[in-house]
Amino acid sequence: MSVVSEPLHAGNVHGALRRRPFSRWNETVVKGLLAACATVSLVTTFAIIFVLAEETIAFFREVSLSDFFLETRWRPLAGRPSFGIWELVAGTVNVVIWSLVIAVPIGLASAIYLSEYAQKRTRNTLKPMLEALAGVPTVVYAYFALNFVTLDILRPVLGNDVPIFNAFAASVMLAVMILPTIASISEDAMSSVPRDLREAAYGLGATKLEVATRVVLPAALSGVIASILLAIARVVGETMIVAIAAGSTPNLTLWPLSTIQTMTGFMLQVGLGDAARGTVDYQSLFAVGSMLFVITLLFNIAATWFVGRFREVYE
Amino acid sequence: MATAPVILRARGRVAVRQAVSRASAYLFLGASLVGVFVLLLLAYETISVGAGRLSWDFISNYPSRFAERAGLRSSAIGTVWVLGLTVIMALPVAVGTAIWIEEFAPRNRALTVVKLNLANLAGVPSIIYGVLGLTVFSRFFGFGSTIMAGAFTVSLMILPMTVIASQEAIRQVPSSIRDGALALGATQWQTVWYHVLPGAAPGIITGIILAVSRAAGETAALIMIGAFTFIAFDNTSPFEDFTTVPIQIYNWTIRPQEEFRENAAAAIIVLMVAVLSLNLLAAVIRERFRRS
Amino acid sequence: MNLVRRMSSADRSRSPLLRLAILGIIALFAVALAACGDDDEATNGDGATNTGDDGAIDYGSLSGEIRIDGSSTVFPISEAVAEEFSRESDVRVNVAFSGTGGGFEAFCRGEIEIADASRPIKDDEKQACSDAGIDDILEIQVGTDALTVVANPANDFLECLTVDQLHEVFKEGGATTWDQVDPGFPNESIVWYYPGTDSGTYDYFVEEIITGVDEAAAHTSEGTSSEDDNVLATGVEGDDFAIGYFGIAYFLEASENLKAISVDGGEGCVEPSAETALDGAYQPLSRPLFIYTRTSFLTDRPEVAGFVKFYLENSQALVPEVGYVQLPDDVHAGQVAKIEAHLP
Repeated sequence: MSVVSEPLHAGNVHGALRRRPFSRWNETVVKGLLAACATVSLVTTFAIIFVLAEETIAFFREVSLSDFFLETRWRPLAGRPSFGIWELVAGTVNVVIWSLVIAVPIGLASAIYLSEYAQKRTRNTLKPMLEALAGVPTVVYAYFALNFVTLDILRPVLGNDVPIFNAFAASVMLAVMILPTIASISEDAMSSVPRDLREAAYGLGATKLEVATRVVLPAALSGVIASILLAIARVVGETMIVAIAAGSTPNLTLWPLSTIQTMTGFMLQVGLGDAARGTVDYQSLFAVGSMLFVITLLFNIAATWFVGRFREVYE
Repeated sequence: MATAPVILRARGRVAVRQAVSRASAYLFLGASLVGVFVLLLLAYETISVGAGRLSWDFISNYPSRFAERAGLRSSAIGTVWVLGLTVIMALPVAVGTAIWIEEFAPRNRALTVVKLNLANLAGVPSIIYGVLGLTVFSRFFGFGSTIMAGAFTVSLMILPMTVIASQEAIRQVPSSIRDGALALGATQWQTVWYHVLPGAAPGIITGIILAVSRAAGETAALIMIGAFTFIAFDNTSPFEDFTTVPIQIYNWTIRPQEEFRENAAAAIIVLMVAVLSLNLLAAVIRERFRRS
Repeated sequence: MNLVRRMSSADRSRSPLLRLAILGIIALFAVALAACGDDDEATNGDGATNTGDDGAIDYGSLSGEIRIDGSSTVFPISEAVAEEFSRESDVRVNVAFSGTGGGFEAFCRGEIEIADASRPIKDDEKQACSDAGIDDILEIQVGTDALTVVANPANDFLECLTVDQLHEVFKEGGATTWDQVDPGFPNESIVWYYPGTDSGTYDYFVEEIITGVDEAAAHTSEGTSSEDDNVLATGVEGDDFAIGYFGIAYFLEASENLKAISVDGGEGCVEPSAETALDGAYQPLSRPLFIYTRTSFLTDRPEVAGFVKFYLENSQALVPEVGYVQLPDDVHAGQVAKIEAHLP
């Protein structure tokens, strides 16, 4: 028909042009299809927001905004239900804090090693191994959090008082999950710091440690912060590890050795049951989901902003 | 006559600072090995608990109330179905989007919107995609808890990362190739189809393989659309209910009986072998084509 | 891998504010539409094929799909029957456990063929089915459960509780430490594990122990509530001062790690077991277990008829194997007669 069916090269162009040229109509159709592909992603965002908004609005017709934000207890299924979001938020914040406490020092130290100390060969072996951790399915981490961390480590060490479902076990495995994020992105940021800065410091007599901690790290700070924000977003959005290991008991506490429930854990619990549509239990899934969506989005955008700032300074 | 080299030895505070610096190198090295150490520890734990359960029976049996008889058959088949349909649905759309962004889109607001939107979508937690899938595909379109609903949901979930990977791959193709083809009179689409895409193919394939490996481990989104059920048959149609290997792992992990935990560990070995093989394949493809 | 690439390509935009703004515009539009729009009710898809041969006896010739959902208590029975049935037949059976309430909802929406239930169907649930056009519900009793209250074996003070004491422990605003239940018990916080509110077990417990003792009382909302009895078992196993309750099958599965508490229903402490459930001594927590289907399924869908027949043929053997109590022979015969009336 009108499609030129072999790759053009110097030898056949003349011949190709003498045959019927590729019809403009075809080209337009193709362009249209490609643009349609691009709109799929736009429609997805729209759908997510619409779906969340619809039921969230229905939720807030039943539950007042002040109940949601000013009450502290989250008991949607009780005889006298209460819908204070803070217990779930506290659960999420709980695991975020403790996973960062573990992952940030180790991640930054790894990044410093990889960018300042390691030979090229070591770096090229170690970095991919670290990034391999990022490919582990989270349900695998969840299994370890419950079986290995709680049963084989926490209880023998701290005694049987440690609840079987606790935030700390989940935080440990979450830390392992976000370690590659923090280490990799911080290392990228540190490597991008111009050599001049380091040379100048060495010239003034600084030791390697001092250069790493007092020159490079501050210079790469925006990138480091971006990596931490990204890691927070991932922890906030993570479901399986907390659902299996941290518990399903909403609890307003930041103490790591308590049984808690996170926002994602609650959403999974509703998904596993089969709350009747149109009831406030079903709608609470969406209300919590909206909160989750907004929080992760803000952290992701903040991370981008920090990376932008970092680039600005050095480019 | 050569004079003996003078070695300056630091003294006092300077010496201390230098010693601290040398010592800290080991600290930092230790930190970067923590990740590797944890990986090896977890691998050791899983293998020691689960390797005993691995057998042909384990892979070919259906789940059962008896831990010794329970196996991965239906969940493995379900996983393959979901991943297969996901690739078929997501790959064209993702590559199409990437081509549009890189080659065809007018450099205007619409383009910025699409790009920023993709960046946003990439950071959305998977359980939100599960909620989307539940409402739109399970309930509104009526796919219920079937493979179709699962495949649609997972496709949307991996779309952003696949688009971004494809974009990178397309960008790597040198502009000289494009310019050459255009100069010879090819249309834009011809340039893309015959010259840019072949060059970008390795990167695109790597991207989709990594996305599939991500999808293979996905649990929360599929639980939300209802894949947490007992299935004792082979799926032969995408309109059937299903379950997947990660969901089976979840199922066995939360059971209190020790034997089911062994099953979970064995299933983890199977899943990890699959995921690691995919990642390795992607890395190999990337390396091979980087040389050529 | 992806994350690093994602960062470096996403940061090409120098204006995350623009990103936020674009999202905001999409969001505004979507939210506006959502607020103005009416509720989209789901259509349901019926993917089941229906090409079975005749022959309720010849299971091998049946085909089609049967979806079962409902009580997590009855789940082990249905799972066992489905597993055995899949050896004899190619019918695709899948079994979920969203809870008795959830099972009835799905049943009334026509999404499943059989609903498992650990309590009888309520009137408003029957009404909901009727509103949806389902008027031919058939209730089949398959076994009896001795709802078991469990504690951690390390716990040496809990042996027997009266119904009133159970009421104190599990009611909203009741005891929070064990010594409030009985001064002889230690002063330790109670840790509760109980099924979710969609669960028939929960409903039954509330009816017998909470509102049965005091009409105005409510079940506590402290502690852990879960649709999954395995989670409850793991929880109680793991906490010295925990107390929980679920179907006896789950207790027997994990009996090395759990302790059953005898219940004093007014006639002295009775331990939960097959015998005490069968002879009625274990009160008030003995309860019947049901499956629900439609008589029209029995007449029109051979695979459902075959499965239900298979269920009753094997329930007397499978129910005790799973850990519950099988029906007395005459009751069982009555159930068989019930379905025979509708079989082809």
